[in-house]
Amino acid sequence: MRKKGRTVKRKKKNREIMLVTWGFTVLFLVMMGYIAHYSVTHQQELINNSYNGRQKMLLAQNRRGKIFSADGEVLAQTVTDEEGNEKRQYPYNNLFSHVVGYASNGRMGVEAQANYYLINSNAPLSEKASLDMRNEKYPGDDVYTTLNVKLQQVASTALGVYDGAIIVTDPKTGQILAMVSKPDFDPEQIESMWDDLIEDNESSVLLNRVTQGLYPPGSTFKIITALEYIRENPDTYQNYRYQCGGSITRGEDRIQCYHGSVHGSVDFTKSFAKSCNTSFANIGLSLDRNSFEETLASLLFGQKLPVSFPYGTSRVDVSESTSEADMMQVSIGQGTTSITPLQLNMITCAIANEGTLMKPYCVAYVQNSVGNKVKEFSPSAYGRLMSQEEAENLKGLMEDVVQEGTATRLKGLSYTAAGKTGSAEFGTVKGDSHAWFTGFAPVEDPEICVTIIIEGAGAGGDYAVPIAKRLFDAYYDT
Amino acid sequence: MELYVSEFSKYVMALLMFLYTYECFAVFRYEEEERRRGIYTRQKLLMFVFHFSSFLVICFETGDITYLFFYAFQQIVLYAAAALFVMLYPRINRLLINNMCMLLSIGFVILTRLDLNKAVKQFIIATGSLVVALIIPFFMHKFSFLKNLKWVYALAGIAALSTVMILGQTTYGSKLSYSIAGVTFQPSEFVKIMFVFFMASALYQSASFFEVFTTAVIAAAHVAVQVLSKDLGSALIFFIVYVLMVFVASRNFFYLFAGFAGGSLAAYIAYKVFTHVQIRVQAWQDPWSLIDSAGGYQITQSLFAISSGGWFGLGLYKGTPESIPVVETDFIFSAIAEEMGILFAIGVILICVSSFIMFMKIASGFSDKFYQLIAFGLGVTYIFQIFLTIGGGTKFIPLTGVTLPLISYGGSSVLTTLVMFSIAGGLQIIKQDEEEREKEERKKRMNAKKKRKKAAISKTQPLIEYDEENMSEYQADKDLYDEEER
Repeated sequence: MRKKGRTVKRKKKNREIMLVTWGFTVLFLVMMGYIAHYSVTHQQELINNSYNGRQKMLLAQNRRGKIFSADGEVLAQTVTDEEGNEKRQYPYNNLFSHVVGYASNGRMGVEAQANYYLINSNAPLSEKASLDMRNEKYPGDDVYTTLNVKLQQVASTALGVYDGAIIVTDPKTGQILAMVSKPDFDPEQIESMWDDLIEDNESSVLLNRVTQGLYPPGSTFKIITALEYIRENPDTYQNYRYQCGGSITRGEDRIQCYHGSVHGSVDFTKSFAKSCNTSFANIGLSLDRNSFEETLASLLFGQKLPVSFPYGTSRVDVSESTSEADMMQVSIGQGTTSITPLQLNMITCAIANEGTLMKPYCVAYVQNSVGNKVKEFSPSAYGRLMSQEEAENLKGLMEDVVQEGTATRLKGLSYTAAGKTGSAEFGTVKGDSHAWFTGFAPVEDPEICVTIIIEGAGAGGDYAVPIAKRLFDAYYDT
Repeated sequence: MELYVSEFSKYVMALLMFLYTYECFAVFRYEEEERRRGIYTRQKLLMFVFHFSSFLVICFETGDITYLFFYAFQQIVLYAAAALFVMLYPRINRLLINNMCMLLSIGFVILTRLDLNKAVKQFIIATGSLVVALIIPFFMHKFSFLKNLKWVYALAGIAALSTVMILGQTTYGSKLSYSIAGVTFQPSEFVKIMFVFFMASALYQSASFFEVFTTAVIAAAHVAVQVLSKDLGSALIFFIVYVLMVFVASRNFFYLFAGFAGGSLAAYIAYKVFTHVQIRVQAWQDPWSLIDSAGGYQITQSLFAISSGGWFGLGLYKGTPESIPVVETDFIFSAIAEEMGILFAIGVILICVSSFIMFMKIASGFSDKFYQLIAFGLGVTYIFQIFLTIGGGTKFIPLTGVTLPLISYGGSSVLTTLVMFSIAGGLQIIKQDEEEREKEERKKRMNAKKKRKKAAISKTQPLIEYDEENMSEYQADKDLYDEEER
């Protein structure tokens, strides 16, 4: 009886109208999903856009929140004087200039990254209500970073008067513990210095050299050349032998070992430990260009990096048409190759962390005025840059650099270390070189990873390795 | 105190909206208006609470109690309109009446917040339009000659649009309106209804190739005039309405595919030929790189607004929707999303969708093809315009600059939409008449059959053979008959 009743109704339905009804309904469902998704995922990005007037509105309503170090030291705060004028204070002045950044005349560093949280207030309603009564602003949310004041101080002091960059990270979590770029500046003075800073193109004070400085990687790039050689010859790379006579020539192009050294008979491990340019140029000549190009892409050269702050794009020019001369240059990290200290640190971290790269980050969590967490950023993996076995092999090579190679100043300490030095030649004057070191400690279970570059200092083993030692010492002293 | 009110009210609004939209769809559980009565009553209550509490918040935020007077006028007009519709036409579709009032009150609230002068103007125009809308069902009911005026609709439509193209005022690069004695008209709004009537009167008897072709010529003329006036939104609406009405009238999928294929081709050519079309598409693909130009600036400001409100919105007067150019007309949805929240804004969309489904339900039951096509065409016009304005303002599709019916500021738009709703409401009455007539006929047939059967039984004794078709028809009639007895 009921069943029959339904056939009556169905007779009256119009299939075409039903189709159109469903078509529009589905279209609207998709659109609603899109709107909800878009608005929620773009909330922060859009509020930071300088065309968005809502920032001003929020700042008129809330006092910019504080920025803290991992151990609770104030790195930035806004104070209001008796006349109601607001001033942003940076208690450590120059020390955190690039990483914490500034918030007037544009924004930079954590001040830029976490701007959305700093200008919003999640203070409890009761507090807001009582502030309303007194006609005061609401406190913006506070941002806690992963930065360690002590390591930052050691890094800054160690770099001294040199220009350069240091980044210290935890390879297991991707947390950035210290980030120093020199020359630095005092963010409190940014407004008065602004015009000078903008005019001064030479020293590029405002550039964060860790994330945006593009340097020739020099011998540190041999890590990547070695990885490619291992990938191409997984079973036989240990059988590699080469007689180093101090130089290698292909046509008109000639590659020499650093400071004219002659390494004699070397195997793969020793080529790496002694940083033998001639041997690595020889290895470079044997590499498959297509496969090398893929490896470079997998190490994020010329790619987007999984970080939420601005960065420079590292690049290596290898393609099918790369000439032999250029291949020799590439494999020792010279020529047109350029890399940011950040990227080298990420690759080193992946080696230390069994091949998996953790996304680097420096904002740990956000708290409201009464200490409730508003937002927490947990460590997250970007993915694998290399297999566990490859990471293990590279780690072995880097350990030998410390044991019997160019970084022996890190040998025989209370902790074990591994790394790779570099002395990257730049400019036209022969002998001018940036001192590089990238490495980690302890070898058994790496928990701190450092990458150092000192501009124009000389050999990495002489200048960069001692700084690494001071950082490791400071880390294990705590 | 004020802070608690504004914080608390955000959640109350979202909740009221949720309940209201729930009822909008709960309606479809029942086939008979009688059984939906409870739902309609609850909706009216929710609407009242929403409207009143919104104005209470406005008073709190502005510190000006006189807004309550404005509210009182609105409440009286909306209440009177709803009551009069039901009194004059007891069988009118009340979901449409409720939704109409709800959307108008949302529009009043957000317009009052954006620009009080415009809100007052809108209120006066809406009041006048409601009076016009009230008499429409009566006309629909009585004037069956409306079916025979197809050339009148076509010529009047094209003439009205062409006049604007030649004499019209330019707003934001498009020629949309002209003024008579200080009152600005936007004829493309009214022509949308005329176009639906034209299509219905041309296709209701037959949708053979000849009719499809002649209507195509007229539709193309409408679209072409609109494209030349740079009113791309209206051009698209005419096109979609044409294709879908032909599809429903002919019941032929070929026309649907051919229509979309031809439309894509035309869109491609328009993109190549007209720079104003190219600008719209570029501003949709990457508004950020065009943020300094007019096209990119509007859409990015709209996106800022939508993204800053979050689920529950910033609260009335807490955001800065006035930073969006022409927010009261083309981007009112973004203002709602910013201050009343994404959940509320989605509720607004759902109210519109439920109204559309009701239009389609009215259309699908009609035996009279003319009325069916009218209900269908108006429904499509309505929902597609909403799709264009909301999709355009949220970067879902390229921006075309049309209004959000009943909410956006604009007299022509409000009047047109109210007329559309009351036509559909009136069609429901005609449909019920039709159904009753059919029932009567069935009853008669049923009785006649019964008699025949009895006669047969008494005469010859059993072994009567029914063929399958007759049997089911008989059963169907019997079911309906039984139902009515109950």
